Parts: sequence; C-alpha cells; structure tokens
Amino acid sequence: MSNAGSIRRGQTRAGWLFVLPTLVVLGLFLAVPVVMALWVSFTDWNGRGSPFASGVGFVGGDNYRELFGEQGGLTRSDFMTSLRNNFYYVLLVVPLQTAFALFLALVLNQQMLKAVGFFRTAFYFPSVVSSVAISLVFLFLFSGGGVVNSMLESIGVDGPTWFNDSRGLLHVVGDGLGLWSASDPPSALVGGGALGLTWWQWLSGPSVALSVIIMLVVWTTTGTFMLMFIAALQDLPVEVEEAARIDGAGRWGVFRNVTLPHLRPTMLLVTTLGLIGTWQVFDQVYVMTQGGPSKTTLTPAFLSYFYAFENQEWGVAAAMAFILFLIIFASASLQRWLFRDKDAIELKRQERRTKKARTRAATGGAA
Amino acid sequence: MSLASSPRHRRRTSLAALAVTSSLALAACGGGFEEDSSSEPASSGDGPVELQVLIASSGDAETQAVEDATAAWAEESGNEVEVVVANDIAQQLSQGFAGGNPPDVFYVDASVFGDYAEAGNLYPYLDQMDDADDFYPNLVDTFTLDDQAYCAPKDFSTLALQINTEAWEKAGLTDADIPTTWEELQTVADQLTTPQQAGLVLGLGRDRVGAFLVQNGGFWVDGEAGEATATEPSNVEALEYVQGLLDSGSAVLAPDVDAGWGGEAFGTQKAAMTIEGNWIRGAMNNDYPDVEYTVAELPEGPAGKGTLLFTQCWGISADSEDQEAAVSLVESLTSPEQQLANAEAFGVMPSRESAQADYVEQFPEDAPFIAGGEYGRGPVNLPGLGPVLADLDSQLEQIATADASGILESFQQNAEAELQ
Repeated sequence: MSNAGSIRRGQTRAGWLFVLPTLVVLGLFLAVPVVMALWVSFTDWNGRGSPFASGVGFVGGDNYRELFGEQGGLTRSDFMTSLRNNFYYVLLVVPLQTAFALFLALVLNQQMLKAVGFFRTAFYFPSVVSSVAISLVFLFLFSGGGVVNSMLESIGVDGPTWFNDSRGLLHVVGDGLGLWSASDPPSALVGGGALGLTWWQWLSGPSVALSVIIMLVVWTTTGTFMLMFIAALQDLPVEVEEAARIDGAGRWGVFRNVTLPHLRPTMLLVTTLGLIGTWQVFDQVYVMTQGGPSKTTLTPAFLSYFYAFENQEWGVAAAMAFILFLIIFASASLQRWLFRDKDAIELKRQERRTKKARTRAATGGAA
Repeated sequence: MSLASSPRHRRRTSLAALAVTSSLALAACGGGFEEDSSSEPASSGDGPVELQVLIASSGDAETQAVEDATAAWAEESGNEVEVVVANDIAQQLSQGFAGGNPPDVFYVDASVFGDYAEAGNLYPYLDQMDDADDFYPNLVDTFTLDDQAYCAPKDFSTLALQINTEAWEKAGLTDADIPTTWEELQTVADQLTTPQQAGLVLGLGRDRVGAFLVQNGGFWVDGEAGEATATEPSNVEALEYVQGLLDSGSAVLAPDVDAGWGGEAFGTQKAAMTIEGNWIRGAMNNDYPDVEYTVAELPEGPAGKGTLLFTQCWGISADSEDQEAAVSLVESLTSPEQQLANAEAFGVMPSRESAQADYVEQFPEDAPFIAGGEYGRGPVNLPGLGPVLADLDSQLEQIATADASGILESFQQNAEAELQ
C-alpha cells in the first residue's frame, strides 16, 4: 500500500514537472496580464509607471459606470455606437460565413468533382493572406472610382462611395420601401432612445462602409471554416448515406437527417469561433477606416485601443475590454445551449429514470 | 478511496499552483515597476551617456537628416545616440511610459501633448535652453500647459491657399484677383467652378474648417483659460460661411470628389483651389509634377488674418536619466542651421524666428506658409479631449447638411463635461 503510494507520488511530481513550463508561460503571458488589466479597469491609471504603484487611485466601478451610466456622456454613446455596429456585424458575418463554408464544403465533398485540390486551395487562399494586405486591396477595389464602381456603372448602377458612406442599410432599405424618410426620420424613433443613442440610431443597421468590411471578412474566413466542414464530412461513412438512400430518403432528406446532425459538433465549433472572432474585429477597422465614416465602423476592440493608446484613458479602455469579454462569454454560452444534443440529454435522463425505478423496485422487493 | 479523491485534490493543487505562480509574477512585475518609478532621475551630465531618440519619420529623407544631426552632436559631445524610427509612436511611447523606460528624446505631436504633460511623462526644459524666446510664441503656446512651457518646437506647418494656375488663367483671373477676403474667396470660387472642376476643395475635419473660425476671431476652445468656447456666435457664423460655400456648389469636400484629402483632389484637378499645408509640396512634386500652382495666404476673415499651425516638439522623458545631455541634444537639433538643413532635406519650416529670413530667401515660394507663423493658431492641446475632438471631426463630415450650431453645441457640451 505504502509502496504503491510512493510510486504514485513520484508520478505526480513528474507530471507537475512536465506541465510546469506551460503553466509558467500561460501564467506569465495570460493570467498575469488579465489580472493586471482587470485591476486597471478599476483605477484611474494614466499609463505612467506601474498600475500597482501607490499613486494610482482606485475608483471602484466608475469606469464601468462611465460606459453605461448617464454621466458617461460621449464615452457612453461612443461605446454604445461601437456595440451597435459590432452587433450588426456579428449578425451578418457569422451566418453568412457558416452558410458559405458549408456550401463550399458540400460542393468539394462530391465524388464526381474533378480538380478538388485546386478548388480547395483556391477557396482557402484568402484565409492565409495577411488581413492587412487584403484590406488594402479592398480599399482600392471599393474606392469611389474603383473597380467595383466601374463594373456597377457598366450595368447602369451609380455605386456609392463605399468607405465614405455612413448611411445605415436599414435606413436606406426602409427609405426605399417607403417605410420612412431617411432625411426626415419618424419622430417616434428620434424622440426616444436608450443608453445615449436614439431608437433611430440603434435601428440603423450596418452602414455601407461596414458592409464592405462584412463582405471582406466573409470572403477571407469562409475558407478556414470550409476546411473544418470538409474534415467532418469526410468522417461521415458513405455506408450511412447509402443506407439512408435505401431506406427511401431523397437528397434533401439525407442532408437534413443524416449529414446535418453529423455536422452538429463542427457547426458548434465554427459558429463559436466565428462569434469570438467577429466580436473582436480590429485589423480591418484599424487599416481601412479607423472607425469612420461618422463612427459607423467603430468596434469595441478598436475603441478600446483608441481610448488607451491615443487618449491615455487606460481604465475606461480596460473596462471596455472586460465588457466585451462578458458579451463574448455570454453569447458563446448561449450558443452552446442552443446547440446542445437534445436527444442525448433525453436519453441520459431516461436512463437515470429507469435506473432509479429499478433500484426502487429492488429495494421495495427486499422490504 | 485514494483514487476517488485524487482528481479533486489535483484540481485544487493546480489552482493553488497557478495562484502562486501568478502572484509571484505579479510581485516581480510590481517590484520592477516600483523601483523604476521611485528612482529619481539623475541628471548629472558627467561621463559619456547613451541617448535613445524615437521619431515618427515621414520617410528616408527625414530619418537620414535626424540620424546625421544626432551623429554630429554625438561626435562633438562624446556621447552616443541611437535613433529609432517608430511604426506606431503612440503605442511605443505608451509602452515606454508604462514600463518606466521610455526613450530619452522623442517627437510629441501637439494633439497628444496635453495628455502626456498632464500624466507627468514630459520633462519641462524649455527655460533651460539658450534663445528659447527665439521660437515663435504661437508654437511655444501650443506646448504650454498651466503656464509651464514644456518642450522645444521641432518645426511647423501652416495652412494656405493653393491655386491651379491653368484654371486660374482660363477663368480670366490675374494676380490682382487673389482673394483676400471671404467675399472674394466666394467670388473666385464661383468663377473657377466648371462642370468638370469645383472651385475649391476642402479636406474634412476641424483641422481645415478651424481656420475659418480663427479668421472670424473664434476657436473651439480657449487654451489659456482651459474652457470650451465653441458656441460663441462668431464660430456659428464661420461654420455657416463654409456651409454657404458648399451650398453654392463652388466648394466641395474631398470625399465628394472621391479624394482622400484636399491635395489629391487638387492634384487630380478635380478642384481649382484647395486649403492645405506645406506638406502638399512633396505630394505635388511626387504624384502630380505636371500641375502648375501658386500658393497664397488664406483670405482674411471679418476678424483679420488667421490660419492653423501644426507642430511637433522634441519631448524629453521625465524618467530619462540623462536629461542634461538630452537638452543639449535638442539645442543642437533646433539650432537655426540645423532647421534650415531639415527644411532642405524634407520640407519643414523652421520653428525659430531668426531662421525665417534665410528660409524665405531659400524658398521664396513658401513665404505664404511661413507668414502664417505670425498669426496662426495651434491645435487644441487641452488634456482629455481626444474622444471629444474625434467626435467633432466625425460630425464635421456631415457639415454640408448638418446644423452648424448643433455641431458646436454638442462639442461644447462634451468638452465641458471633460474639462470641469
């Protein structure tokens, strides 16, 4: 007994030794900075010297109140504008990139297709090119007199000045449908509001400029997620599909009842990664628009950078980062819950119930 | 028994281990920072020192000029100087300030000066310099916070009016028609406007429109009093004058003609006049060498002449251990001779009044720019106004259609909230 214990103790020690480098690296470069940033978000640190120095004032939740409370003023409306922009961005990018990735994966997974390797590389290519380089190319493509507008012109459409166009898409569409006039918005929407923005501002939708960034990101990320879907599709045995066919399922039936359920874990992975990535969007904004026109491409990550590095408001910037973390955490959890395997949960519950019933019957029989 | 308890035990140990490692690391960091921030900068100048200079360079010419000048000083004084070109100077300086080891000497833009000075990152040294009163007073004011002048202006730029010679002659205008008042500016802009070409193109934002406020005797803020003054009637008038120009169709904003800035619209001849600073010279030489143009001072407003100044200073870090040597380096970098050499190398204007005559002699066509040094106004340099100014710029994008007093009122409100 004591012998076995000492062997195990030796193993434990060796185990700790093996994970120590990772622990130290993670602790030093992840845990410590996170704890420091959390502390900064509760102080009025101005970026000079250590945030733990004696001169740095602890201000409690003031930085957070600045983001949500009445006293926030401009800071609050900036932050809310950035959340609004990023919300519309996530709402469009995540479903679009997932749908495109799945579609491309299904196309590439067909046995009949020739030159699969070429197409796979071609579709994956945008994902491996630096986002800064692609952003610069898009700047040229979508300039007022750029390629895109020249092509639109050739079919008789007068293109917008993309990156200078701050009109919200919902405003424009509503105006086109005659729901409202964008130049003279309904007073019910302009009069009221919440958290520093009017309802009219909340309901703007993504601006034309933000839509270009959305197109760019969908185009660049689809390739990566396509690879994940392809990998999952290749795991699906052909026999299962054939069996379903023999049972009388059509193409759509096979896709709906065999392929999609099989892809559920990959779908969860893709949408979760997409969600996290889209809430943190920074590079494209930094390179292409710096938050303009009229703040319609401002995102929390960029705003946090702007407040910290350009304006030395480190506390407020750190608070923004933690709110962003909470948003990502909450939406990822919600997603996990939505994607949960209801059948498996039900099965487990039934098992438990039968087991309980059986024990009860057994004890009852004994008594 | 022991098997069942081991996972829980293991988890607890790992948490403890993480806590220990992070607190150790925290303590280590805290200790390091503490030491740095409490140690008094020793400004004894004995023995050779090594200075680090961080610059945000406009290109190879500027880097080379700074490297040559610092090397000359190093040789003469027996010290060493390392010049580092920043990719993102705001970020690199922030890292230095937070870590307690910023570069000794670095560029400070007027727009971030207030924040840096208030945080205590800058060492005020201007009063130790020889001939400090030779700098243009307007530039020194730009680097003054709470009556304390901090740093020596490196050089400066001003806004002036650029006129396309070909369009000017085609419209039958002569030298006598160069606009000197707001009314004349409107008139010539009207005359120069053709279906292919706007009369005048304006860049976006407070750094162009602001000149009209100065010409009308107002400005966004009163730097000395530390107050926002945007809602003064003179400012509303100035904005309304700009709106009138835009309304009449003889003036446009740069994005309206698909240009990134006024110089691009002017170079591509989408507009016959623009209001830009002396940096337009380099752009015209490189990108549009065939476009002939002249430069004139900005027209006078109802309150007289007015333009905007853009400037940077040589900041010396409050944490530097060799401040005395750093001041001596800055002295040599801002000497009239060195400033004239810089002017030749990368087209900036000397910040010393004593260099003005030589500069005008060397670059007679730049006289309208340098004249602005006398009556120009520096940017808003009050600390804490960064987001407020960014918001102003964002609202000014819509100046053609927006309500002028609405923009000014919202700026006033936001600025007052920050400044109180």
